[in-house]
Amino acid sequence: MNENTLTSEEGYNFAYLDEQTKRMIRRSLLKAVAIPGYQVPFSSREMPLPYGWGTGGIQVTASIIGRDDLLKVIDQGADDTTNAVSIRKFFARTAGVETTEETTSATLIQTRHRIPEKPLNENQILVYQVPIPEPLRWIEPRETESRKMHALREYGVMHVKLYEDITHYGEIATSYDYPVQVNGHYIMAPSPIPKFDNPKMHMNPALQLFGAGREQRIYAIPPFTEVISLDFEDYPFRIQQWKDSCALCGSKDSFLDEVVINDKGERLFICSDTHFCQERQKQGYRGDVPIPEGFGIKPGEKQ
Amino acid sequence: MSLSAIQPLMQVEALEKWYGQQLGCRNVNFELYPGEVLGIVGESGSGKSTLLNCLSAQMEPSAGSIRFDVREQGLRDLFSLSEAQRRVLMRSEWGFVHQNPRNGLRMRVSAGANVGERLMGLGARNYADIRQQSLTWLEKVEIDAARVDDLPIHFSGGMQQRVQIARNLVSQPRLVFMDEPTGGLDVSVQARLLDLLRSLVTDLGLSVIIVTHDLAVTRLLAHRLMVMRGGEVIEQGLTDQVLDDPQHPYTQLLVSSVLQP
Amino acid sequence: MISQPEASNCMIHVEHLHKHFKLHNQGGTRLQVLEDISLQVNKGNCLVLDGPSGKGKSTLLRCLYGNYLAQGGQVKVNLSRQDGITEWLDLAKASPREILYARRHHIGYVSQFLRVIPRVPVIDIVSEPLRSLGVEREEARQRAATLLERLNLPERLWQLSPSTFSGGEQQRINIAHCFIVGYPILLLDEPTASLDTKNRAVVMELIEEAMEQGTAIVGIFHDSEVRNQVATDYFRFGNNTHDRT
Repeated sequence: MNENTLTSEEGYNFAYLDEQTKRMIRRSLLKAVAIPGYQVPFSSREMPLPYGWGTGGIQVTASIIGRDDLLKVIDQGADDTTNAVSIRKFFARTAGVETTEETTSATLIQTRHRIPEKPLNENQILVYQVPIPEPLRWIEPRETESRKMHALREYGVMHVKLYEDITHYGEIATSYDYPVQVNGHYIMAPSPIPKFDNPKMHMNPALQLFGAGREQRIYAIPPFTEVISLDFEDYPFRIQQWKDSCALCGSKDSFLDEVVINDKGERLFICSDTHFCQERQKQGYRGDVPIPEGFGIKPGEKQ
Repeated sequence: MSLSAIQPLMQVEALEKWYGQQLGCRNVNFELYPGEVLGIVGESGSGKSTLLNCLSAQMEPSAGSIRFDVREQGLRDLFSLSEAQRRVLMRSEWGFVHQNPRNGLRMRVSAGANVGERLMGLGARNYADIRQQSLTWLEKVEIDAARVDDLPIHFSGGMQQRVQIARNLVSQPRLVFMDEPTGGLDVSVQARLLDLLRSLVTDLGLSVIIVTHDLAVTRLLAHRLMVMRGGEVIEQGLTDQVLDDPQHPYTQLLVSSVLQP
Repeated sequence: MISQPEASNCMIHVEHLHKHFKLHNQGGTRLQVLEDISLQVNKGNCLVLDGPSGKGKSTLLRCLYGNYLAQGGQVKVNLSRQDGITEWLDLAKASPREILYARRHHIGYVSQFLRVIPRVPVIDIVSEPLRSLGVEREEARQRAATLLERLNLPERLWQLSPSTFSGGEQQRINIAHCFIVGYPILLLDEPTASLDTKNRAVVMELIEEAMEQGTAIVGIFHDSEVRNQVATDYFRFGNNTHDRT
């Protein structure tokens, strides 16, 4: 059986994109990996979903996915949101690959706005969906100028942003898409992951790839690369912390979502990474907060 | 003469700039020493802005050379440096005060951040230090410390200009280019700004190349004067000599045309 | 006619100075103001320029300051260094930088007019020549204050800008500005014109003290009393002769 006959849909190439397009994207990916954090332009294709829905991430995944890959797709940490489900089904249809919700066994993970809680290993690839790849865009609208600034490391402005935060809020207020410096040179927008996840990018054994479809840029963090979040000496980088723990599994060190659970406005804090939470519950961990009536899911149930 | 021991800061020889067949400027020759203010004066179309753009490396000349005494390197031809090196020069050893402060400031970022940006660009990483230096410089340009966190869009033109000056001086440049820095300001505001520039030049030992159409500004600020017309340098010398004893017909015309209130 | 400057003692040496004005915008009229002027001034001497008005006295002074351009001849000033070695600078051929240097260190000039810089107070105008020699602000202001007191300029005026002052007050500021450094060469253009008897006397004292210090002075004095008091030589315009008193 060759790849072409493995697809479920007739008339579509394996993983939707034609082979020449995949080659083009792979060339960009190679360049990106060779220059950590540098935004490589690529020729973004028309995908069967609009811009802003992950076309960049999908194109990257489509270019590197193989028959034997095990694909996981998450959206804000959850495997079961509409987007995650749609994208997973898309690849199941066009590539016939097997999919999973398990972080550890997946070989390829496409994500929107979160990094899984479970540490990744060197056999895995993490593909991020990126809306705005250019960290300087807020201050410098001209592409010609921002490219020069990157090349010459003229990054004074990035600290200006942090300075302004401290001036107006008393602390660095940026809480997601927090700028980082990769491999001691390029400053990169890590996509709107919470700053909580920034430390996970540093020296990660997995390969991290970033795709922005509308902006037509690809960038990468090779395994075991230095990724430092920007800060000031006297206002060092700090991740979010919660007083609460997960109501379902009791975790104190995962990223928690605040969920409004009924019309009375009662709320619970629950792990954003659904699979992580379920694994803990399977192992018997529970939260120490009473779950009010009307909340659809009981501990132990699939979320 | 004990003078000859000092190296010129900038050396310009046979500088020429053409826009296709159209002359920008030519036959420009001068040396600028530390602590000197050179005024370039002329009416519209005289070539003074073209000259300033060439001198500040924003435009490459068609012929001739501009040499600058780069820290720890000596006199270097500006256009033999890489663009990267020129840009570093522009952020550390040079300043540029634009006629319109909007071109020289980030309007939507606080005054303190505007002043501190160059420091952050040069690697400063302590918030308290940066803020303190911003406050110090804002004080030097006579802006109330209480306004350090305000945005320049809320400032008057004169204040915006002063923030621009502070922003340039914070990196302690040796040479500052100024393009009609008092243009468009009320007369009383101009007077205050000129006075400030004068004292900064004396206190900091700055060299300045200032382009203006206003002779009164040159009388006040410039040690030396270069008069331009139609792209040519008509006359140059000591400011008071050129203004009090002009030799060239055009210079005489210019001087006699100035209204004395 | 002296053709070789005497070593060290001679501070100003002018040879065959020619100066004209060409008024291009007034039909190209040419005014020959100075013709073949030669003179010398030694240390401690005061050369008074004498002659009817309009003959070029002020013009000559301005040539000695580099403010007017000479068309011919030499205008040499002695910039003696600390070690006493004579160095001559020909102002007619000097670069702007050299003239600025000479003015900052060696030559003071009192003109008839005070060009007022907006907003700068008297105390700073007078201390500025010291500041440009590197003297600290406080010390410079102290010395300015002493001199202003001597010239009877009341302290309440020191923090004001002189733009609204009387002619006599402005002139005293001019004089203070010129005498504060102790330049070895002074050029004085009618320094006592608007002054009353008391202040005229102060200025005469200042001039005499300077001469005792070895300062070479070239001056234009309308007032015969002052002239007789301070002059050691005369240069008479009209026949361009240089007499000793």
